[in-house]
Amino acid sequence: MLLKDEVGMLQRVPLFSGIEPAKLKLLAFTSDRVSYGAGEILFRQGDEGDAAYVILSGRADILVDSDGGSIKVAELVPNSIVGEIAILCDVYRTATVRAASPLEALRIRKDHFLRLMREFPDMTIEMVRVLADRLSHTTADLIDARSAKQ
Amino acid sequence: MEPSLARYIWTHTKKQQLWILIIVLLSMIPYFMSFDLPKLIVNGPIQGKGFEQPGATQPFMRLHYNLPFIGEVQFFSGFQLDRTTTLFALSLVFLLLVIINGLFKYYINTYKGRLGERMLRRIRFDLVDRVLRFPPRYFKRVKSAEVATMVKDEVEPLGGFIGDAFLQPVLLGGQALTAMLFIVVQNFWLGMIAAVIVAIQIVLIPRMRRRLIVLGRRRQLTARALSGRVGEIVDGIGAVHVHDTSNYERADIAARLGLIFKIRFDLYQWKFMVKFLNNFLAQITPFLFYMVGGYLVIQGRLDVGQLVAVIGAYKDLPGPMKELIDWDQDRQDVQVKYQQVVEQFTVEGLIAPRIGALTIDDPGPMTNPLSAIGLSMTDDGGAMLLDRISLQVKPGETVALVSTSTGGAEALAEAFARLNWPESGRVASGADDLLELPEAVTGRRMSYASSDVFLFQASLRDNLLYGLKHAPLTSVTYDGAAADQQRWNIDEARRSGNPDLDIHSDWIDYASAGATGPHDLFEAVRQVLDAVLLSRDILDLGLRSSADLTRHTELAGRIVELRAALRTRLEHEGLSGLVVPFEPGAYNKEATIGQNLLFGAAAGPELADRALAANPYFASVLRQAGLDRTLYEMGLEIAEQAIELFADLPPDHPFFQQLAFMSAEEIPAYETLLQRLKNRPYETVSESDRAMIITLSFAYIEPRHRFGLLSDELMNKIVAARNRFYEDLPPELQNAVERYDPAKYIAAATVMENVLFGRLGSNHPDAPDRIRSIVYDILDELGLYAELLDVGLDFNVGAGGRRLTSGQRQKLDVARALLKRPDFLILNRPLSALDQRVQEKVLQNVLEEARRDGRSPAIVWVVTNPTMAMMFDRVVVFDSGRLVEDGTHETLLAGGGILKELLS
Repeated sequence: MLLKDEVGMLQRVPLFSGIEPAKLKLLAFTSDRVSYGAGEILFRQGDEGDAAYVILSGRADILVDSDGGSIKVAELVPNSIVGEIAILCDVYRTATVRAASPLEALRIRKDHFLRLMREFPDMTIEMVRVLADRLSHTTADLIDARSAKQ
Repeated sequence: MEPSLARYIWTHTKKQQLWILIIVLLSMIPYFMSFDLPKLIVNGPIQGKGFEQPGATQPFMRLHYNLPFIGEVQFFSGFQLDRTTTLFALSLVFLLLVIINGLFKYYINTYKGRLGERMLRRIRFDLVDRVLRFPPRYFKRVKSAEVATMVKDEVEPLGGFIGDAFLQPVLLGGQALTAMLFIVVQNFWLGMIAAVIVAIQIVLIPRMRRRLIVLGRRRQLTARALSGRVGEIVDGIGAVHVHDTSNYERADIAARLGLIFKIRFDLYQWKFMVKFLNNFLAQITPFLFYMVGGYLVIQGRLDVGQLVAVIGAYKDLPGPMKELIDWDQDRQDVQVKYQQVVEQFTVEGLIAPRIGALTIDDPGPMTNPLSAIGLSMTDDGGAMLLDRISLQVKPGETVALVSTSTGGAEALAEAFARLNWPESGRVASGADDLLELPEAVTGRRMSYASSDVFLFQASLRDNLLYGLKHAPLTSVTYDGAAADQQRWNIDEARRSGNPDLDIHSDWIDYASAGATGPHDLFEAVRQVLDAVLLSRDILDLGLRSSADLTRHTELAGRIVELRAALRTRLEHEGLSGLVVPFEPGAYNKEATIGQNLLFGAAAGPELADRALAANPYFASVLRQAGLDRTLYEMGLEIAEQAIELFADLPPDHPFFQQLAFMSAEEIPAYETLLQRLKNRPYETVSESDRAMIITLSFAYIEPRHRFGLLSDELMNKIVAARNRFYEDLPPELQNAVERYDPAKYIAAATVMENVLFGRLGSNHPDAPDRIRSIVYDILDELGLYAELLDVGLDFNVGAGGRRLTSGQRQKLDVARALLKRPDFLILNRPLSALDQRVQEKVLQNVLEEARRDGRSPAIVWVVTNPTMAMMFDRVVVFDSGRLVEDGTHETLLAGGGILKELLS
């Protein structure tokens, strides 16, 4: 896959949809293309967050450790981004990500990501919008869950 | 040291000074003969005096003397020569005298120069020898750069002076006295006038020079302080930048330079003032001769002939006088310099020479307990660090010294290591005062490591083995020219009062490391490195450096085996995708186009980096392969893409690290180049512009940069060009590149690159770590682990060891202390730069390693954390400079004292 195809992929990631293509190209160029075989680990729960990943092709499972072993909580499909929370808030990885099939991804390093955010306010606003959107969904879910409990 | 320079020179060179004086006097004979000869030639054969008759002859080389009482005695009647032959004979004699005079001059100058250089060598050695014997407290107050400048620069002028120290005044004094006498003989009163003026010169000039001496001293002190400050800036450059004080330093240096300038300028002014006065006085004398003498002639009281004779005689006086005064100036100058240096090197309490005397034989173990008896230690400011401590450490005992923050355990460790001397009380080994024991005993049977590590700028190996180099243990045999050189070295060393120890001898005391020679020392080294957990770091260094193939032959010899083992292992683990190997007939996608073309390691500047595209032979190969145009177009494309991506970013942006093609500074240049070349046909582009553009394509790696520029056809062409390149490689490039050969070790590449013999896939972020651990495994399996460790030991640690981390430095220091297998191992918070977990692990390893093979040294360890004390036989607790608890770990814990408090 070439740089320009990756830019096309990045544009389809909601987080990056508002950013002009030239900047996305720079982001893609300064990121590493990584590939994993099925079953290989992208990162583990509890690791320090040093990069975010954009899935270009293939699928990955998000696993959370629990007393009864790891539980799959979600699945990642192409064009999704994973691991951005840990690099934004300096927290440890909250889950393990494992390739479920041969996987191609773009690995965006933490300092590059933060630098881009600082330099391109449009991108930051877009990120905030997406995150706020997620938060409102999560809050709604929480309310639903609580009301279901009562 | 001898405070008077003259006496110092006389004591060491009196014989030579007398010899050279005799030679100089001897040289006067042909010198004066050559004065007389021109007159003889002109008057005799040229003007024809004595040859008035045609065919007349004159005796040549007739030896006859008028002896008292006996009358004329003729020793040799001489050859009878005619006019022309006499001319030739006398001219040849003249030539002979010229040669003899020249040879005398040559001999005298060489002799004086050598004398001066020997003395200089002696002084410098004496000074450094003193540095080696200074008491420890001295070093707290002196800057290293100042000492260095004293040894190197400040005594330098002495060398030039020493040859003339006694010769010059004798000769010039003699000449001046003769001239004076001559004047007095001509006319007593005029002679007295000259004598009075000379007396004024002799009295006045030295008085005026006093100020010169004062200024000279100030000049020396300020210059020395300057070099001290410069040294400080270099050593403390980190602090300067951290605190933004570089301008403060600039101001300080500028102020110092201003002061030095002022002093030097004053010095010049005064010097030339004195010179003016001196010249004036010298000219006053003829003035008086003309006026007074002329007046007397007019009065008829003086004969004109006498006056002319006096004036004629006087012309020989000012020359020697002036030179004598100049000599005196030099003398005062160097005397001041010498005194200044000697004052600095005259220190109370110098370590006696016998303490550091050379001892070849093994001094035998220290079997007596080590004790502190009523020991008090103070710091430089006089604050009490230890207050009348008494403590005994028995052989074989392990003691943890636990200390509160003001406890003073470090001071005790330093006292045991003789790094600080007691204020009162003493440290002793059995009944002997420890400070009175030769260093040959304490330096070999005791060892010390602390958190404050000093490493020399040398290899890791040299630093590690430094603690074993006490004495030259082998005598090296030299052959042929080397033997002559060695004899000369020893002879000269002795003449200058230097020791003649051979630095090329093997100084390493293998026995004390438990080895018998160089071949099994490595095992001991490996043990201690493992103990301090440094082996892994050194292996990493080894992998990243290129091996010295004269030393590490096994690595090169077994490289094929190694590479094969790596491939098998990778296949076995299903990791073949991690490394793309170099294959002579194939394009390596993970390598750059440049690497694929050259397919070798550049071993010289001709084909390295940017020079590659500009190399005429390489360019011609590209042309023949039909690649030049393709790569040029590719370069243009890359330039466009790179500029599009990066042109808006500030030059210090971290993204530029990702841009392999050009640096941030080059972007504007490429921007203009691109505009200039756009739409220009390839044929009209100049060679250098083509190279500029083509070079961009050389850095391109398709899977990493993903511009989509590489086709199968292009890859095939590149491989073909590669073969073409090596087919007709011109002789001058034969040594500029080492071709990748699966069966050959590449000397110019690192060990890692050699083992990999390929490129790591860029799309496996953890590939480097995985590969490295696999490589270690393989090296271990093949028995090459030791060889790699040895490559790592070649690593140069940099000035003060700064190329290592502080943790690595501390580990190395402990390893060095362990290696000599001491009877008493003193460790003073040795691992403070490491985290607690590693410290405890190393502590445990060190205790084990020290006792391996049934040894039982005493270990005194000032611990950084009281929890570490658990592992020792005995725990001693210090608080406020006093010993407060002493016992086993259990008893102290049970007692509920300070240790328990510290632990909770």
